[in-house]
Amino acid sequence: MSVFKGMGLFSLVTGFSALMTGGATAAEHVTGQPYKWQLGFQEQATAVGRQMSSFHDFVLVIITLVTIFVVLLLAYVIWKFNEKANPVPSKTSHNTMIEVIWTVVPILVLLVITIPSFRLLFAQYDFPKADVVIKATGNQWYWSYEYPDADGMSFDALMLRDDDNKPIKGPDNAPRTLAVDNYVVVPVNKNVELLITASDVIHAWAIPAFTVKVDAIPGRVIKTWFNADRIGTYYGQCSELCGKDHGYMPIAVKVVSQADYEAWLVKAKKEYASAAPVRWKNAKTQLAAARVAIQK
Amino acid sequence: MGAQAHTDGGHHDHELGFVKRWLFSTNHKDIGTLYLIFAMVGGVVGGFLSMGIRAELAEPGMQIFVNEHMFNTFSTAHGLIMIFFMIMPSLFGGFGNWIMPLMIGAPDMAFPRLNNISFWLMPPALSLLIISLFVEGPSGMNGAGVGWTVYPPHSTSGHPGPAVDFAILALHLGGASSILSSINFITTIFNMRAPGMTLHKMPLFVWSILVTAFLLLLAMPVLAGGITMLLMDRNFATTFFDPAGGGDPVLYQHLFWFFGHPEVYVIILPGFGIVSQVVSTFSKKPVFGYLGMAYAMVAIGAIGFVVWAHHMYTAGLSLDTQAYFLAATMVIAVPTGIKIFSWIATMWGGSIRFDTPMLFAIGFIFLFTFGGVTGVVLANPGIDRALHDTVYVVAHFHYTMSIGALFTLFTGWYYWFPKMTGYMYNEFLGKVHFWLIFIGVNVTFFPMHFSGLAGMPRRIPDYPDAYAGWNMISSAGAWITILGMAVFFYAMVQAFMRKRVAGDNPWGEGATTMEWSLPSPPAFHSFEHLPKVK
Repeated sequence: MSVFKGMGLFSLVTGFSALMTGGATAAEHVTGQPYKWQLGFQEQATAVGRQMSSFHDFVLVIITLVTIFVVLLLAYVIWKFNEKANPVPSKTSHNTMIEVIWTVVPILVLLVITIPSFRLLFAQYDFPKADVVIKATGNQWYWSYEYPDADGMSFDALMLRDDDNKPIKGPDNAPRTLAVDNYVVVPVNKNVELLITASDVIHAWAIPAFTVKVDAIPGRVIKTWFNADRIGTYYGQCSELCGKDHGYMPIAVKVVSQADYEAWLVKAKKEYASAAPVRWKNAKTQLAAARVAIQK
Repeated sequence: MGAQAHTDGGHHDHELGFVKRWLFSTNHKDIGTLYLIFAMVGGVVGGFLSMGIRAELAEPGMQIFVNEHMFNTFSTAHGLIMIFFMIMPSLFGGFGNWIMPLMIGAPDMAFPRLNNISFWLMPPALSLLIISLFVEGPSGMNGAGVGWTVYPPHSTSGHPGPAVDFAILALHLGGASSILSSINFITTIFNMRAPGMTLHKMPLFVWSILVTAFLLLLAMPVLAGGITMLLMDRNFATTFFDPAGGGDPVLYQHLFWFFGHPEVYVIILPGFGIVSQVVSTFSKKPVFGYLGMAYAMVAIGAIGFVVWAHHMYTAGLSLDTQAYFLAATMVIAVPTGIKIFSWIATMWGGSIRFDTPMLFAIGFIFLFTFGGVTGVVLANPGIDRALHDTVYVVAHFHYTMSIGALFTLFTGWYYWFPKMTGYMYNEFLGKVHFWLIFIGVNVTFFPMHFSGLAGMPRRIPDYPDAYAGWNMISSAGAWITILGMAVFFYAMVQAFMRKRVAGDNPWGEGATTMEWSLPSPPAFHSFEHLPKVK
């Protein structure tokens, strides 16, 4: 079960396996958001994300073995060479061969890691031809989105709050501090190109399930892309300290079928054209907007 | 070794009044003591701030802070204070001043008056930083909530009030202090070694101070330049980092991390030196692969200058830039591995005593291995895309240059406490302190790997409810750590009250460096005659 892929390896390390798998079954996990007592990555919804996740698992195996090796060595010297077991210390302070070995072997191990790492890095920067282009602008403390190919349609996405300005769950059970009023909607299995910038301070646009994280920097437009191959709702959070409500500017993307996407575009163009971007709506209007957005 | 101190030198301390001895001090041991006391003050303030952070994060939702900005000011001040006013003044300023001249047989530092001002720049710096917590930052809110990295434009247009100016001036003073003391250390080590003490005979702690001093001398001016430009952007309408005037926020990040990455080695290298001394002493064996150990530190220092942009993988660097920084960063693991393996090889075949300093040294090797391997994970830009700015990074750097460095600090503290004070601490309390803090920090920071992998961003006071479990455990770990620290302070008070005489060398045959041939505490002027090294 791929949900447990990263997790299983960590369980080996920590011995939490039974506790964790017993406590949470896969059915309880909603994709695109974290779950309780999670140990590994969120289930990846892009090919690049899966490549990242399996490369991470590979590195995790290596670092776990290295750590176990070092801890065993430490345990051995503590057991074998303590004052009682070995009252007379040796005078050895050099051994060229072993010094060469512990220099060369780590170099080889690092090469084994570095080669697939380059492959992953180049895959992330292998920009395909874009099917949908979206511009995301970070503001203190919400995201603005623009679909340049859909008559420049634009809207803001704000975290859902109650009347006391406290973060609340969404009507569709979207998690607290992740729930938003307006979702970014994209078609499944299509290349989405993102142009990311900011209007005031640096923010960062991130969706863990896509392995996308790009700083939103004023005066720069940084390009990234993803191709989500599973329908669902995916959440992320601003990932660069941007002030008071840094924790309160979530990123939410709905991946839908091509038909649903086209239907949404028609509706959204109308709705977002009539309503001027609203910065701070009161809680009730915001919640109402979220309900409408979910029905779409 | 012909090191022999005059035993009647102690009367010199009594010749000086309090003001002359402490405020106008030009004595390396007194200044070292001042640095250590100052670091304790910094550590208590920084520790209080970290408890605020953990109390807030114990549960989702806002717990203790009036608003989210206050959390940001706490984490900012926690980072800056722990780095600049706890770890650096203790490991580099404190032990560097106290112990390094004794180890090379020098009568004092090369520039005693420079040494005085190096220290006395620090209290005003800390005061400025603490003042910054209480003056306006963003409109209507107090304190600088910018993170220890102080990235613009959040630190410029985002903080119109004077809080960030105070923080910048604090860093300026701290930086000037570090540059002056580095000049002093380098001059002392190059010119004032006792006859026969060649560079390749210097104890590894002296090597570590030498490399650290060079790192500070080269890196601090870059920070000073960067934050001066920040100050001008804030107050004199320049636009170095403002795109509206042709500037670039990413330029600041390059300047900051060109300082910031060497800085993490500034923090940990003296610790490497201390651990080498302690492992050798308590194994009753010379350090294994001495030259390899010395030049591994030089290599770490040198490579540390060419890997800075691995802190910026998500800042839109070009593909080729990221590929270079990936390769360069990987290289650092090699000399670091040499150090870990050499420490274990030093213990191999030894006759090991497990006194408190040795426990902390082994604890450090354990923590540094854990934090080191997650560094190998984060070095990959492909994976960092997922983990950047998550609490996984927080776990990584606390295991290495924060808690790791703290463990080397306690290693050195317990090791040299009898030498510096003449008193022996209570071994049982030292061990209780070790186990409480060792368990506490692991319970605090290990779960952060999990929440980080699951996507929890760092620097947020409130988080999605799914992260609640691991955060609760982390906060519980913080309380265990605080309990350990209470035991530490009790053990120190008890040691001064009981006044158990430590003797010149409480550690026996393994303690071969020159400071153990002197009385405990050493006389006001350590060496009456120039010692000769065979």
